[in-house]
Amino acid sequence: MSPILSLIQTALELGLISSLTVLALFLSYSMLNICDLSTDGCFTLGACVGSVVALSGHPLLAVPAAMLAGMLSGLTTAVLQTRMGIDSLLSGIIVNTGLYSVNIAIMGGSSILNLNKAATVFTLSKEMLSDTPLKGAHRLLVIILAVSFVVIFLSLFLKTRFGLALRATGNNPDMVRSSSINTVMIITVGLCISNSFTALSGALLAAMQKSANIDIGSGMLTVALASLLIGRAFMGRGKIPLRAIGAVMGAFVFRLVYTIALRFNMPTFMLKLVSSVIVIFAIFIPYMKSRVPIHRRKAQHASGKGEEGHA
Amino acid sequence: MLRLENVTKTFNIGSASAKKALDDISLHVRKGDFVTIIGSNGAGKSTLFGAICGDFFTDCGSIFLDGEDITMLEEYRRAHNIGRLFQDPMRGTAPGMTIEENLALAAGRGGWLSTVTKAEKAAFREKLSLLGMGLEDMMEQQVGLLSGGQRQALTLLMATFNPPKILLLDEHTAALDPATADTVIKITNDMVTENSLTCLMVTHNMQSALEMGNRTIMMDRGKIIFDTCGEERSHLTVSDLTERFSDIAGRALATDRMLLGL
Repeated sequence: MSPILSLIQTALELGLISSLTVLALFLSYSMLNICDLSTDGCFTLGACVGSVVALSGHPLLAVPAAMLAGMLSGLTTAVLQTRMGIDSLLSGIIVNTGLYSVNIAIMGGSSILNLNKAATVFTLSKEMLSDTPLKGAHRLLVIILAVSFVVIFLSLFLKTRFGLALRATGNNPDMVRSSSINTVMIITVGLCISNSFTALSGALLAAMQKSANIDIGSGMLTVALASLLIGRAFMGRGKIPLRAIGAVMGAFVFRLVYTIALRFNMPTFMLKLVSSVIVIFAIFIPYMKSRVPIHRRKAQHASGKGEEGHA
Repeated sequence: MLRLENVTKTFNIGSASAKKALDDISLHVRKGDFVTIIGSNGAGKSTLFGAICGDFFTDCGSIFLDGEDITMLEEYRRAHNIGRLFQDPMRGTAPGMTIEENLALAAGRGGWLSTVTKAEKAAFREKLSLLGMGLEDMMEQQVGLLSGGQRQALTLLMATFNPPKILLLDEHTAALDPATADTVIKITNDMVTENSLTCLMVTHNMQSALEMGNRTIMMDRGKIIFDTCGEERSHLTVSDLTERFSDIAGRALATDRMLLGL
């Protein structure tokens, strides 16, 4: 394979893996209107649990195990903010901090796990596809499978009555509170689902790069948020399935741009700063646009002062 | 249908700003009654609705809805039986969701994992067309794009889609322009009659307080100071009402909004 193609394939693989976290935020941030600050820790949690289970000889079980762990983490965040009177942002931060210890404990007190000799979903798919023309894409296929599952799940789920209630909870909590829907339950289920996707994302990344470490998820929230906002630029106000696909595209585009930047000798450590800047501008530009009429009015008022009385 | 017994609510108990918003209120609303509620600002009209809906728990007294004691029931557990509209047309609908999705949420049939069926869509269309606002052809549009009047009419439809045991209208036309307010009032009347709903309506418009419904109560400083229905009510005029108020409350009913009937 040509170096360019393999570069694009790697960008696609990494982009699609992180798109799972982007889809998690699509649910919690775009739909439920909760900024889940436990995302970084939950991503690492997925990586740790997935790796430990894979190392114990259950590469397939690793995936649902990681998702289950993510759900528990989401459940904790939800309980803190709905039942214990802790602010939504603070709940995320608290869980994120706690998860640091939990993650190291899961890895048996070490801050890094090596999966070089362990069987993972990717080594399994490699074996299965070794004699077929698809062998070069064995990783990509597994990832596409996971992403398709999540996109289809979200598209169907958000159409159900529960999904509508979840969107309304994010869109107009006043309305939902005065209807017969229990927002506590909606938020709890929503965060459990979104965090299971974040953990899935972490588990797949660890399996792909054959190692998990305590920093694997750091900055993930901002990276995913940047991707989400890029995706919104593609599929802003479309229907839910399109917006979910937009989120996936956003993740890929972010990765691609990053990969290209690396080719032009941008140092790897710049990734986080770039994602921060993208998030800042993605949120700032619409805000600035909304302020334009006010500034125009101010300018008009200032210049029109001499003519007062004519109107 | 709805019975309040000696309901009292004081906000900010124990502080200098403590305010008795509901003062030993007892009220019995019969099935099919349409009660209009008037009173100056801070009389406790909205607080009364808040108590019925469970925005807060009352300090003492009991509230019964259709024989069931709902005094300490969580808000969302009683909401199924109560339809409620606010003055703010933005409050009752989700702006980022389509008309159809909003209605589907209000219709709320089937389990959590059910989706909108063709039959339901047809029912939505039919009900929307009754509003006479052309909303039936905009079902895929986001509610945020509708005007205040359209949103309020939609909210009304959502609140009565599954006829509630009681409908509470809290100055639901006050934020609309006069012509739109008239339309929404007409829709309200139609819906209440059609579903023979039991209804409480707070209004600042003394004229419509007397014209609509079959009973009028006047509130002041957390108490019901005047309650009229039947023969006596049918002879009342707006000026009678203001006179009655100053007789009982010992001061003039002083809000321009009320006198001007805005």
